[in-house]
Amino acid sequence: MVRTVIYNLIQILFVLGFAPLYAGVLSRFKEIIQSKRGPSIFQPYRDLWKLFHKDEVVSSETTWIYRITPYLVFIVPLFVASLIPVLTDYPLAFAFMGDMLAGGFFLGLGGFFAALAAVDTGNPYGPMGASRTRMVGFLAEPVFMIVFFTVSFVAQSTIPYIVQKKWVENPAAFFSPAHVLLLIAFLMLILAEGGKIPVDNPTGHFELAMIDESKGLEFSGRGAALMKWGGQMKFLVLTCIFLNVLLAPWGLASDVLVGHVLLAIPLILLKILLFTIVLVMIESSLAKLRLFRISEFLGAAFIISVAAMIASIFSSSAA
Amino acid sequence: MASDQTQLIHGLNAMAAGLVLLTAFGMVATRQVQGVMRFFIVQSAFLAASAFLVGFSRGSIHLVALGAITIGAKVIAIPWVLKRTLPGDLYERREIDQVINIPSSLLLVLLLAIAAEFLVGTLVSSTTDPVVHVNLPIGLAGILIGAYSLIARREAIPQLVGILAMENGAFFAGLSIAPDLPLIAELAIAIDVILIAVVIGVLTRDITRTIGTTEAATMSELKEEPQIWR
Repeated sequence: MVRTVIYNLIQILFVLGFAPLYAGVLSRFKEIIQSKRGPSIFQPYRDLWKLFHKDEVVSSETTWIYRITPYLVFIVPLFVASLIPVLTDYPLAFAFMGDMLAGGFFLGLGGFFAALAAVDTGNPYGPMGASRTRMVGFLAEPVFMIVFFTVSFVAQSTIPYIVQKKWVENPAAFFSPAHVLLLIAFLMLILAEGGKIPVDNPTGHFELAMIDESKGLEFSGRGAALMKWGGQMKFLVLTCIFLNVLLAPWGLASDVLVGHVLLAIPLILLKILLFTIVLVMIESSLAKLRLFRISEFLGAAFIISVAAMIASIFSSSAA
Repeated sequence: MASDQTQLIHGLNAMAAGLVLLTAFGMVATRQVQGVMRFFIVQSAFLAASAFLVGFSRGSIHLVALGAITIGAKVIAIPWVLKRTLPGDLYERREIDQVINIPSSLLLVLLLAIAAEFLVGTLVSSTTDPVVHVNLPIGLAGILIGAYSLIARREAIPQLVGILAMENGAFFAGLSIAPDLPLIAELAIAIDVILIAVVIGVLTRDITRTIGTTEAATMSELKEEPQIWR
């Protein structure tokens, strides 16, 4: 019991510690592919360090929502990290608190407060970005739901650990058409939710074209650091769900030995590295979609996820 | 060990089936002529992969040969023939104006896929062969989606790809239920498909040369004047 609590803390620390590194590696790879040298992969840590040591300016016009949002955005991915399999394939001490839907709602809560805070400041670009994020959000919502329902239908459970075990123990289910379609739909969802290129340009500095970034424009100092770190952790958590639950559910520690749990860290880092390469290829080979084409992109994701659901329902009723 | 192997092959076949369905959606979702063509090539490649896998698991040399014919005809010959017969500007970059916009078409296509699963459901339940369970509904969905893009597309080449996609769907369904179709029939079909591509390619080239467009919607006023066909 004590051990699983400790492992759970290790899992949270893993997300906390490696999220900036993930962002750094991602941007470095992108620069390399564009034949530039790019900043060091540790640059996000330095950015966070710098922001934490700066003064924070809070407008007197804002309300409590603006104050609490950075903390919420920061804490929510940590909550989700304690629910999902990051290092072990058995539920840890805090995993009883919620299933995958709870994780989705937690992440949605962070996004909701970020949008509220952007409106709260009265900065003209904030509400614009917030409304665009909501647009992407409500288009992504049905896809999230259908993906979760399909996964829980196939695995007969919404607990991520059981789903992960299902794919490992049953290669026929792993290779089923439903699973392939699910993977594609979830990948498109990650691109949309993480503000990656076909939907949003994370490196753009033009306020009118921003979707995800402009929500954080008004934050400074510690607030900005927490928002940034929270965003990076959210993306790492989504990646962990994608890799550990759906795409490559192998290489997790299956017993309580300390060595095995620690060994899972380099394995998941390796998986994330390979995923980063794929992500960079996607981001470098596609152009950002026009705002009203995003509905087409997420519409396609929705269609794919519903096709996955149909395929799984019909194949299981026949079998 | 042997059952593990067949299970793996069936798994890979199912994966190829999922990707065939995905590329069929992709053909409906893309605007670019080039993109539609690429999705068709990828779909044919997965089709051939499925033929190889099913042929291997059933020990049927016919299906393996069929996969090879598919690669030769659809992955190599048809794109090459179309590239040769069609003028480059037609083939390369053109946005297609569609009768029904893309999100609604995708929803319609989804309904077609559901209908295919539903229609085949009772038929499939009479057998326990996993290949039939996977290939038959997705093959039927491929036929319906191909027919849909034949109707909804306005440009000549995506319409041609619609015909070819229907053929792909029929092939995909057929390979699960008729594994020992004589090779000569399959060869005839493959050559037939290439001929269709050549004929439509040449026709399209002549139409663009005399009228300047291949958009079917603008051809409603086409009169039977002899000079139009030179």
